[in-house]
Amino acid sequence: MSALGALLGAFTFRFADAAARGMPAVMQEAIRKVVGDGEVRPGRVKLDVPPLIDNGNAVPLAVSVESPMTTVDYVKSIHVFTEKNPQPNVISVYLGPRSGRAILTTRIRLADTQTITAIAEMSDGSYWSASVSVVVTLAACLEELN
Amino acid sequence: MSRAIVNVPSSARRGEVIEIKTMVAHVMETGFRRTQLGVVIPRNIITEFVCRYNGSEIFRATLYPAIAANPVFTFTTIATESGTLEFVWRGDNGYTATASATITVT
Repeated sequence: MSALGALLGAFTFRFADAAARGMPAVMQEAIRKVVGDGEVRPGRVKLDVPPLIDNGNAVPLAVSVESPMTTVDYVKSIHVFTEKNPQPNVISVYLGPRSGRAILTTRIRLADTQTITAIAEMSDGSYWSASVSVVVTLAACLEELN
Repeated sequence: MSRAIVNVPSSARRGEVIEIKTMVAHVMETGFRRTQLGVVIPRNIITEFVCRYNGSEIFRATLYPAIAANPVFTFTTIATESGTLEFVWRGDNGYTATASATITVT
């Protein structure tokens, strides 16, 4: 039994390792702070960002999560991370059964061509994610002030 | 002086999912930019946004410097009863902005 447990443990570790491949350490750390030891699975989250961005100073971002949003099964929170911004966190929002739908739209800054990841925490404690690659031609935060 | 705009439907049927749009005027200075003299411009952002429906919290957000200037949020809630929605933004240097809207639920 313990051998089976060890085998399962090794498999989970490898999955997490594969998911985190190519992800910068600061981003991994920021995600760990949110999910702890929880396993993040791809799916259920839809991340809507234009694939080509002229101006990284205001990029429309829409996140929606598949969930019935009832009192027993709802989305607790949505977190958005970026790979190459000076700080990986973008936003964390906290929802509940009264939200009706698990959707959010806002405008974000992107410092570089990079991958954006959204992670949703469900009421049952599971985590789901989606990632999108975007190309940014004019980056945010790099210009100097006069 | 703070300026905030909220868009809440003035009336809704009970149980209907309504969309709420908010925008607040704020520079959202990241704290990563420098002047031409190389001096870092200190961070000045909104860090928290909360929406309450008749006193109970229905939406909360934690903001980071990667949110664009003049933060915009669109989210939804279920119209449960007539009353007031209150919106509060809090940020660096003691920044606070508030807004409210009334809704009639039939």
